[in-house]
Amino acid sequence: MHASLMDLIAWLGVDPNFVQQLINGLTLGSIYGLIAIGYTMVFGIIGMVNFAHGDVFMLSAFIALIFFLVLTTIIGIGSVALALFIVMLIAMVLTSLWGWALERLAYRPLRGSFRLAPLISAIGVSIFLSNFVQVAQGARNKPTPPMLPDVIPLFERDGYVVALSYKQLIIMLTTIVVLAIFWFVVQRTSLGRAQRACEQDRKMAALVGIDVDRTIALTFVLGAGLAAIAGTMYLLYYGVVNFADGFVPGVKAFTAAVLGGIGSLPGAVIGGLIIGLVEVLWSAYFSIAYKDVAAFCILIIVLTFMPSGLLGRPEVEKV
Amino acid sequence: MAASARLPAGAVSAAPEPPRPAPGFADALRDALYAALITLGLSIPLLALRTEQGPNGLVLEPRWGLVAACCGIVFVGRLLLRLLGLRAVPSRRSMAARGAVTTRAEPERQSGFALSALLGPVFLGIAVTFPLLAYLSAGGLTESRYWVDLGILILTYVMLGWGLNIVVGLAGLLDLGYVAFYAVGAYSYALLATTFSLSFWICLPLAGILAAFWGILLGFPVLRLRGDYLAIVTLAFGEIIRLVLINWVDVTGGGAGISSIPRVTFFGIPFTNDETGFLGWMRWLLGWRDGAQGSLGWLFGPEGPTFSPMHRIIFLYYLILVLALITNLVTLRLRRLPVGRAWEALREDEIACRSLGINTTSTKLTAFAIGAMFGGFAGSFFAVRQGFISPESFNFLESATILAIVVLGGMGSQIGVAIAAVAMVGGPEMLRNLGFLSHVFGSGFDPNEYRFLLFGMGMVLMMIWRPRGLISVREPSVVLRERRAISGSHVKEGHG
Amino acid sequence: MADVAAQAVLTVDHLTMRFGGLVAVSDLSFRCRGGEITALIGPNGAGKTTVFNCITGFYRPTEGMMTLRQPAGATFLLERLPGHEITARAKVARTFQNIRLFTGMTVLENLMVAQHNGLMRASGYTAGGLLGLPGYRRAEKDAVRKAERWLERTGLVDRADDPAGDLPYGDQRRLEIARAMCTDPVLLCLDEPAAGLNPRESHDLNELLLSIRDRDGTSLLLIEHDMSVVMEISDHVVVLDYGVKIADSTPEEVRRDPRVVAAYLGVEDEEVEQVEAEVLT
Repeated sequence: MHASLMDLIAWLGVDPNFVQQLINGLTLGSIYGLIAIGYTMVFGIIGMVNFAHGDVFMLSAFIALIFFLVLTTIIGIGSVALALFIVMLIAMVLTSLWGWALERLAYRPLRGSFRLAPLISAIGVSIFLSNFVQVAQGARNKPTPPMLPDVIPLFERDGYVVALSYKQLIIMLTTIVVLAIFWFVVQRTSLGRAQRACEQDRKMAALVGIDVDRTIALTFVLGAGLAAIAGTMYLLYYGVVNFADGFVPGVKAFTAAVLGGIGSLPGAVIGGLIIGLVEVLWSAYFSIAYKDVAAFCILIIVLTFMPSGLLGRPEVEKV
Repeated sequence: MAASARLPAGAVSAAPEPPRPAPGFADALRDALYAALITLGLSIPLLALRTEQGPNGLVLEPRWGLVAACCGIVFVGRLLLRLLGLRAVPSRRSMAARGAVTTRAEPERQSGFALSALLGPVFLGIAVTFPLLAYLSAGGLTESRYWVDLGILILTYVMLGWGLNIVVGLAGLLDLGYVAFYAVGAYSYALLATTFSLSFWICLPLAGILAAFWGILLGFPVLRLRGDYLAIVTLAFGEIIRLVLINWVDVTGGGAGISSIPRVTFFGIPFTNDETGFLGWMRWLLGWRDGAQGSLGWLFGPEGPTFSPMHRIIFLYYLILVLALITNLVTLRLRRLPVGRAWEALREDEIACRSLGINTTSTKLTAFAIGAMFGGFAGSFFAVRQGFISPESFNFLESATILAIVVLGGMGSQIGVAIAAVAMVGGPEMLRNLGFLSHVFGSGFDPNEYRFLLFGMGMVLMMIWRPRGLISVREPSVVLRERRAISGSHVKEGHG
Repeated sequence: MADVAAQAVLTVDHLTMRFGGLVAVSDLSFRCRGGEITALIGPNGAGKTTVFNCITGFYRPTEGMMTLRQPAGATFLLERLPGHEITARAKVARTFQNIRLFTGMTVLENLMVAQHNGLMRASGYTAGGLLGLPGYRRAEKDAVRKAERWLERTGLVDRADDPAGDLPYGDQRRLEIARAMCTDPVLLCLDEPAAGLNPRESHDLNELLLSIRDRDGTSLLLIEHDMSVVMEISDHVVVLDYGVKIADSTPEEVRRDPRVVAAYLGVEDEEVEQVEAEVLT
């Protein structure tokens, strides 16, 4: 298989560096996509930008870090992969609890109110969370012990080895599995139906007996759970986390959600992948300094021509 | 740590149980127990185990006592709340049935109208006499510096709030990147002054024009966008400007910023301690020349007026006061002009605007441009005051703060924005002075660490307290017979 | 025929509007004569509002031509004008089926916004107004006076300083008409003006519309479901069904037209049976 892939690549004349960057970009894009779903889901159901979502993601990375240390140094689990899996589950549970508590505290009292009030509240929560983590955990970068450093060399050309690291493999596989489960939840379960009903018309959903408050709370819980997976993956990929790390990935994921068409779940994933790819390819071929500028410019250009994003429903104003 | 424990406390105070007239002790106890358990869940990893850098990587430092204290505080607090029948967040269920859509009735607040009419002159009076008040209460010119600096800071945000109010409050266009125009103004002045040695008084209008130009530039791609699409694009625009400022090192000095920006002059006369400076001219004007005694000796003493760096600071204070008042007057006037009415109409209903022959494109662009222009003025003031600028001063937190000031003030209300600016800027500043708390919490307690934590919580609580802002009534721009305030519940917030 | 065309304020020729595969309006031609009230009627979903949206620039028609001829002689091809210029230059004003007032602004302010373009010029595109030049103050006073006149005609003058959102439904409808009239239109398009009005209000509305036709010389084009309104005030009726014109004549003739009756009752006999069969199964 290796040989044939190598032949194919050679035949296509593809730059091996490009293939490598593609792999890196898709990995990063997976993380963005997972966060972006949280934005898009909450927006879809209550029409609100949960600005604190990036910080929930950062919080989950901290939870993952702490439990990883607990498992490896205190309990002494030898297998990093097993430890990661347990850590991910714990982080999902605890981050979901945070998501639930934040919805209860900061957003539910503002439901049905002035549109900008929840946005400001969410910005307040975002500021609160990052400073809470700073106060509780300190302002320094928190590096993890080295995790899964091995790589799988895919092929080699002109002395350039294209490799897929175990980390990248785990991140992409996890994303695919999680998305498949998530897709099932949204499409096939009563929760998913309730969510879609609330998206269409919250009052009507309440009238036909859907518990709207519970559905919205569960949406926040689901979003936080996905953010926790992204947080664990982020920690695994970069091996370091800081209290201020919520903002930039949060904004990028929000960008991804809007790019894909906010409210659309596949759009969020596609948007995430595009942002990840643009960022990585731009850094590889042009300049690292302007990678974020490139991502934002893509956003502005796409929205200029497609005002509701790639897969978003165009907002038809009834006249 | 008590501060962080309050979050879970509040989290449960809006608990799902339907309100009961007189909660029994057992109920309250169970409820408080739940609250404490949730607090435990929330604080388990982040509070309980602090990561510290050890010799071989991170080590965990347990702090279970802290967690226990938090849970205890939440438990007791919640129990007391329940027993006293209070709810930190009042239940706003419109229907008793579970799952009912929670909507919030906005009470009419006609009283706010009369209040704002009264507050204006009071505010203006305090603002004009503030340096004097600071001088008298601090007991000296140099001693009053902290207060005058704080006054300058607050007024800068008042001006920024008023500028953004045009875009968000009047035209209803959500702008999350307003700080970009503040940055454009600051860098315009810094670059023009350091490379071409232009005076502040020439750069100030130039900075405003450049910022307005950037406002239009931002306006074009976002014309068709609505709501949250507009929000993310404006945010992205703000970030792009900041990233370019960081990375375009040749021009902007990168992250190190631009230093030794020329200071402000008294319309050309520098604030220096010599004959040709502001003081020299003042002495000359008052007759204190060639050793002779001039006028106002009773005020200045036998030596006459002496040099103090505070002269410049006080001048800066009045400069920003005048700039802010200009912003206010222009906005008030614009509201009564067709363009201002078109902005408000645009906020209310864009389609109806179009059907009345209003060019919505140019109306939106003027809102962006004029809002940006005031941001630019404020920016060049910031640069001349600091003498040093770097991209760090123009991050998203600034945009968020300014937007929060506008929303908390009550969109469109000028006096509300001023009050909100005092609260949002002055409030955290006051937290610096809570050093005495270290007697309570031990010597390691630094209130500065908690400033932004409390700031974020304050934003949430203020929104829950008044979602439509402090002053939510709207004043009509033209009156036929009788001036009546318009309740905030009619006023729309715009699509953009 | 040339004579009639010369009198036409609005000439719609071969108007077609497709949304994807759906043909909402198909090859529609009709005229609105100057100084007349033309009614556009038809069953639900016949494409009436789509025609309105094409005329007033909210939709760009797939095919066809809409010519507006002002009494002074200027002509405009509406499909080529940007949306806001249809009101600003060609002088076509409209109201909406679900009222679109500026609810947070006072009744008077609503009427002032309608005079935006004139006031904008008077204020020297804001610059003069900002400096407080007397020209603008005069223009503003005139605008207030004009608004007051319209408030008197619509019986809303006592509510001038109340927020538009506070008005009862019938008053809101009248205010929307007054607002549209403040743009000095040559053609006023009304989308179901009588919907939701009680008989008394409906009668007042008829009076208002007739006075607009007779006193202001404005031609009217209205969509209406209320047949009593249509029969009572319109000079000319165009009937649409499934996007196709099926009648175009005086109210009396339209009332007798069998195709119109069929369209309103919905159907021919065999179709009735078919529908019944579907309902029963």
